[in-house]
Formats: sequence, C-alpha cells, structure tokens
Amino acid sequence: MTKEERLKKRHRAEKRFRFYGLTSIFVALLFVVILVQNIFSKGSSAFKKTVITTEVFFDQELLEIQNGASQEEIMEADFYDIMIENLIKAYPAKDRDEEDELLKLFSGDAEIEIKKAFLNDNNLIGKTITLDLTASDDIDQLHKGNYPRDLPEERRRISDFQLVIYDYFVENKKISKNFNNYFFNNGDSRDPELAGIGGALVGSFYSILICLLLAFPVAVLASIYLEEFAPKNKITDFIEININNLAAVPSIVYGLLALQILLATIQLPRSTPLVAGITLALMTLPRIIIPCRASLKAVPPSIREGALAVGASKFQSVFHHVVPLALPGTLSGTIIGLAQALGETAPLILIGMVAFVVDIPSSPVDPSSSLPVQVYLWSESAERGFVEKTSATIMMLLSFLIVMNFIAVYLRQKFEKRWN
Amino acid sequence: MNFVLLFLITIFSLSLFFYGRSKTKSISIEKNIRLNALPKFYGYYLVLWCSIPALVFLLVWSLFEPVIIKSIIIETAANQGAIFSDKNEANLIYEKIKAIHLGTYFGDIDSILRESALAYAKFINLFTNSKVVLIFGIIIASVIYSLKKIKNNNKARDDVEVILKGLLFVSSLIAILTTLGIIFSLLFESIKFFSVINVFDYLFGTNWSPQRAFVRDASSITAAEFEELKDAFGFIPLIAGTSFIAFIAMLVAVPIGLFSGIYMAEYASIKVRRISKPIIEILAGIPTVVYGFFAALTVGPFFRQVGENLGLTVSSESALAAGLIMGIMIIPYVSSLSDDVINSVPQSLRDGSYAVGATKSETIKQVVIPAALPGIIGSVLLAVSRAIGETMIVVMAAGLAANLTINPLESTTTITTQIVMILVGDQEFDSPKTQSAFALGLTLFIATLILNYIAQRAVKKYREKYD
Repeated sequence: MTKEERLKKRHRAEKRFRFYGLTSIFVALLFVVILVQNIFSKGSSAFKKTVITTEVFFDQELLEIQNGASQEEIMEADFYDIMIENLIKAYPAKDRDEEDELLKLFSGDAEIEIKKAFLNDNNLIGKTITLDLTASDDIDQLHKGNYPRDLPEERRRISDFQLVIYDYFVENKKISKNFNNYFFNNGDSRDPELAGIGGALVGSFYSILICLLLAFPVAVLASIYLEEFAPKNKITDFIEININNLAAVPSIVYGLLALQILLATIQLPRSTPLVAGITLALMTLPRIIIPCRASLKAVPPSIREGALAVGASKFQSVFHHVVPLALPGTLSGTIIGLAQALGETAPLILIGMVAFVVDIPSSPVDPSSSLPVQVYLWSESAERGFVEKTSATIMMLLSFLIVMNFIAVYLRQKFEKRWN
Repeated sequence: MNFVLLFLITIFSLSLFFYGRSKTKSISIEKNIRLNALPKFYGYYLVLWCSIPALVFLLVWSLFEPVIIKSIIIETAANQGAIFSDKNEANLIYEKIKAIHLGTYFGDIDSILRESALAYAKFINLFTNSKVVLIFGIIIASVIYSLKKIKNNNKARDDVEVILKGLLFVSSLIAILTTLGIIFSLLFESIKFFSVINVFDYLFGTNWSPQRAFVRDASSITAAEFEELKDAFGFIPLIAGTSFIAFIAMLVAVPIGLFSGIYMAEYASIKVRRISKPIIEILAGIPTVVYGFFAALTVGPFFRQVGENLGLTVSSESALAAGLIMGIMIIPYVSSLSDDVINSVPQSLRDGSYAVGATKSETIKQVVIPAALPGIIGSVLLAVSRAIGETMIVVMAAGLAANLTINPLESTTTITTQIVMILVGDQEFDSPKTQSAFALGLTLFIATLILNYIAQRAVKKYREKYD
C-alpha cells in the first residue's frame, strides 16, 4: 500500500466516523419526531366529539312536571320516556330490535343532556327543539375515521343496520363534530365518549401544589444551610451523600416508602392528592436541592464579603444578598423538578391512585387520579375510543411540561446574573 | 379544628410581632437605653417562640392521634365482645365505628358497634379538647418566657439567627430522614418476608409465581403450604428479565448516545450543538408513561406484525419492544454525560496527537476516549441503574409472567413490574405476597445504590485526574 493510498484510507475512516456521529444524532432526533407525531396523530381527534342532531319534543303526557317547574323538581323528574320517544324518531325504524340498535348509537348520557336542555329553559313543554346529542363511542370512532367499516359484520362492534342508520344520518346532515367539552369537564368513565380528564387535571393540580408547598421551602432552606452555614464535618458529608443517593433512587421505591409510612403507619387516606403530593415532594426534594445549591454556589464570594464588610451579620449577608441573587436559578430548578414530578406515575400507582374515580375531587383529601395515572389506566382499556383519549391526555401532559420548562428557561435567561 | 388552630397561631404570632416591636421601642425610650438589636428582631423573636413549639406539637399530635385512638377503640370493641381474628377484620370494624360516628354507615348497627361508636365519640372529644388546652398552654408558656427575655433587652438578632440556623439544619436533615424512612419501610416488611421464605430460596430460586401465596396469615402456615411457598418466590427469573431488558436498552442507548456525545463534543458547530442538545434532552423529559404507551400500543404490535410477515412468533409484549423504547429514553443520559466528560479532557492531549499527524477520528479513538474512559463507564453505569429502576415502560410493555428466556421476541418480566403487579389494587397485609414486593424493592434499592456508588466514584476519580 502506498503512502497516498494509506492516507486516503485514513481520510475515509475519518469521514465514516463523522458520519456515525451525525447519524446517531439524527436517529435520536428522529425518535423525538416519530414519538410526537404518533401521539399527535392519534390524539388530536379526541378534542372533538361526534353529535347527532335530534329533534326533541317535550310531551306533557310523558313528563310528571309542568312548565315553570323548579330546579329540584326537574332534577328529580324522569326524562327516560321523553328520551326514548324522541330518539326512536331519529330514524324510521321498523320494529323493536331496530329501535334498540338505533338507541345504542346515542351515548349513555342522552337523558341527562335532554334534562339539561330543560333546565336551561323550563317552558319547553309542548314545544320541539333541536338538540346536539352526544353519539356513542362506536359511532364517534366511525365518524372520525378511526374505525374500519369494511370488516365482516361479526368482527365489528357496529352492526350492518347501524351502518345504514349512520349513512342516513350523514346523508341528512344530522351528524357533526363539536368541541368535546366532556373531555375537559368530566371525570373518568367506563364509556369512552363520556370519559374526561377533569378529575385527573384537578388531582394533578392538587398533588403538584402540595409537592411545591412542601418541597420548595425545605429544599431552599436545606441548600442554604449546606452551601452557606454547614461546617465541614462528618454530618454534613453524610447529608450530602444522602442527597446525591436519593436523587438516583428509582421512583417506585418512593412509592413503597409512601405505602409503608404514609398509608400503613400514619394512615393518611388512600388514593388522595395529599399522599401523592407528599410522596412526590420527598422524591423531588433532592432533585431540587442539587440545582439550588449550584445557583447559590454561582454567586461570587465578593457579594458576601461586601455585605460582611459593611457590618451585616452572616445571616443578613446570605438572606439579603446571596439568596435574592440565586433566586432565578433556584426557581427554575424547582420548576424543572416539579415538571418531573408531574409526569411521575409509578409511586402514584402504588398509593392507590389507580382507583376508578368518577367524581372530580373537591379537596386534596378526596380520592382522585392524576394525568399520568389516567394515561396508564386508559391505555389498559380495550375500547378503541380510549386510544385517542389517552393520546390526547398525553398531549395535555406534554404541553404542561413544555410550558413549565419554557418558564424555567425564561426565568434563568432573563433574571440570572452572569458574573464574568 | 386543625385549621382553626393554625389560624389562631398565625394571628397570635402576627400580633406578637407588632407588640414586641413597639414594646421594645417604648422600653428604649422610657429607660433611655440602647437596644441590643433593631426593634423588629424582638418582634421576630416573639413570633418564632410563639409559633414553632406550638406547630411542632400540633404536627406530632396529628401524626399520632389517629393511631392511638384506633388502638384504643379496637381494644374497647374487643372488650365489648367484638370478634375479629386478624388485623384486616379489626380494621374493618374500626372503619365501621368511624362511619357510624360520622353518620355515613347504613348497615345494621348492633350493640357492640353502638357502644364502640359512643366510646369513639368520647375519645375524639377528649383528644380534641386536650389538644386545644395543651397547645394554648404551650403558647402561653413560650410567650411568657420570650417576653421575659425581651424585657431584659437580650441580643434578639443573635437569638433569632440561632433559631433560624437550627431550622435550616433541620430542613437539611430531611434528606437523612427520607433515607432512613426508605430503609426502614423496606427492611421492616422484608424481614417479615424472609422469616417465612428462606433468603437462599429467594435469591437462587428459579420460579417466580407469587399468586400461589394464598396464605393470609404468615404465622399459621402448615408444612405443606410451606413447601408450596418455598419455590414460589425465586428471584432468578426476575433479575434475568430485568438484566435482559436493560441489556437490550443499553445496546440501543450506548452506541447512539456515545456517538452523539462524541459528535457534539468534538465535531458539532456551536449552532448545531445549541439546537440538537436540548432536543435530544427532550427524550429524558418525556414522562415514562408516555414511552410505555408508545411501546405497548405502537411498537409492540408493529414488531408482532413484522414478525408474522417473516414467519416468526413475536409476543406483543416482547422484551425487544420494551428494551428498545427504554434504550431511546436513556439516550440523553449517556449522550449528555459523555459529552461533559469528553469536554473536560484537556486540549493539550488532543494537540499532542494532532502534532504527530493523527486525524481527528484517530485522536478521538486513541487519545480522547481512553482518557475519558472512566467517566464514560461511569455514565453508562448511571444509565444502567436508571434502566433497572425504570417502571412504567416495562409495566405497560413487558410481560407479567416470569419466563427464564434469552429470546428477545418472547415476553419477560422485571423486578419493577412485579412490584407494581403485586401492590396494585387490594392488598392483603401480612401475606408473603405483599411482603415480597418490599423484598424486591429492597433488592432494587441496594442494586441501584451500588451501581450509583461505583459510577459516582468513577466519575469523581476521573474529574480529579484532570483538575
């Protein structure tokens, strides 16, 4: 091999090596794109729901209440007959079986939706109004194109006759898509068309709030102690080792800790945002302390010395000068820690947040779910409708995380002082 | 009640602040003496003395009150003639009594329950009253003490700072308390577990089927049941599955992460670096439940489909899908850390290599990487510890049955999956099955601790070498 050939070979090797590096970065970026694209393409349809425009006639004979009935009377009244009578008119069905199949195209909440219309206007008896009633999950998925209709009938959840009704609805423009308010307002449900993340949102909010209230002050005080006051001795070393180790402990271990100490020993109520918040706070604490200490460390000693020189005590120099200067870094570290806590699932499963909770929690001691746990729960469900709901929940979760991280970066860039 | 007390404590503290400030001011004017601290510090001093003892007392009381009341009530119920054979039934009776007291119980109420509910009401009343009395006693005592102090013109600022420093120290102790809490809560149940199951049966058994542990009470196990239990809790399949999935993950994460790290540290322009680094780090910020969803609903079925087309039987919960997705999650841990490590290799080493005519890639392969090796190994070990502790991806995408297999297309299970599967839903306390989850947790905790320790030592040693 001549010198030139060898050099060429070495340069080829150089190019190859560079190519490997670039490819692996490209592959990593590609994964991000695939993941996000996959979630968004599955989830974006969940923000709309399919409604069937139906004429509803409030027949006096089928209702026990009069025009102008009070709210309690309406709430107690039975709207079931009204619902049935009106829904079967949506399509000219021939017999009982066909009517039953027709009724299955509406959601389980059709009666409540009619009742709500009456609650808004209690003079409807004897009148006919048009209402947009939520369609059942099967029709919803079919209308959004998530459900193949060319399968043989026995493998479909929708019968041939229901398809005929559906086509009739489409032809007469009786079926349309509305903003899915249920997705944001409702709690969990066994029916995908009625299930929402309202409960999970509130549960996550309470958990993160409690986590913030507990973890932030303790983390700031602990890092101030370790950076500014701690003497160099065994105890301080031991605390530091502990913090570093805790930051690397798998999150599920915190779930076991919460199960044994918070639930079994102290007997706090299961499945509640209170316990979730405390667990997440314990988990997030070391992860906040580390960036807090870094930002305290970044404040140059001249600041402290200047304060001491004009007669401030050690405490005053720290709390009047060092801490305010370190605050942007501290806050952004806290927000990133909270963002991790918001996406954390495993410890919450262990403390029982997987319970099926329909009601939206009104306080941190009510049983509740949380966004990531809701993702886990729905992803285990068989119904097709839950796939888009899960993806949409992930979209909500990711957008919260993006906003939080954005605020953290902004705080740091806008307010942090550079010292060189 | 607690909220009322908290509110009162706040009000008292605030009013004491203003009282202390003005009082010391007037003392200094009256007696014409110079105060030892600014007036506000006397206010702070009073606030701290008024609030901290009372709050600490309230916290400790609230933690122990339910436990004490419960044991008293269960005893009373037993004296009344209630029959319960184990802890679960006792808990059930206690919950009934509580529900009767709150008026939310709709079952039949017999005389035992009624008497116990009355006793419960009595004790709740007694405890609440004594709590209020004691708290006021504590507040009065500490306020009298501190008022006496400030009348003597103490050095209030120094005293306040000593108290605050104590507070700072206590908050940093919470890290130690958490560690202790983890160790004790894991050990406590694990010891119970190992008193039934031999440690060696656990560590070297090759069969994991905890659902066989139908025994409710660990203390009353017959010899036959004991034999049955003996080989139900074998750890080998779990550690094998965990290592196997972690291994697949590392096969994905190490090459991609390492090459990206090298490229970013050595080749990339500042602009490329500034854009691509945060995007890759997004991978570490995405919640793991999202990866789990992706693996279970997209990647798993996709592999299954591909396998079918190739004529292979691929489980839809294959180790391959879980490992691949876990590897993607771990890429940024490897890439960021190795990027840092490579950046801290001194430039003089590279310059020396260029000076003897090496190309850039030769320099990297033969000089930079050997120099950075301990740090790179450290970062890979950290990534491994992250992989074996990862829960959601494997819970959603890996299997539940413990198979001893090295076929990546079959399903395997992991330590974390089993912990979740055992503890999700209703648990029977005191059953070896529930306790086994804590034994698994302890094993996981120790394993990650050792890995992290070695990794941190390696990185630290490496850093010191070039400082």
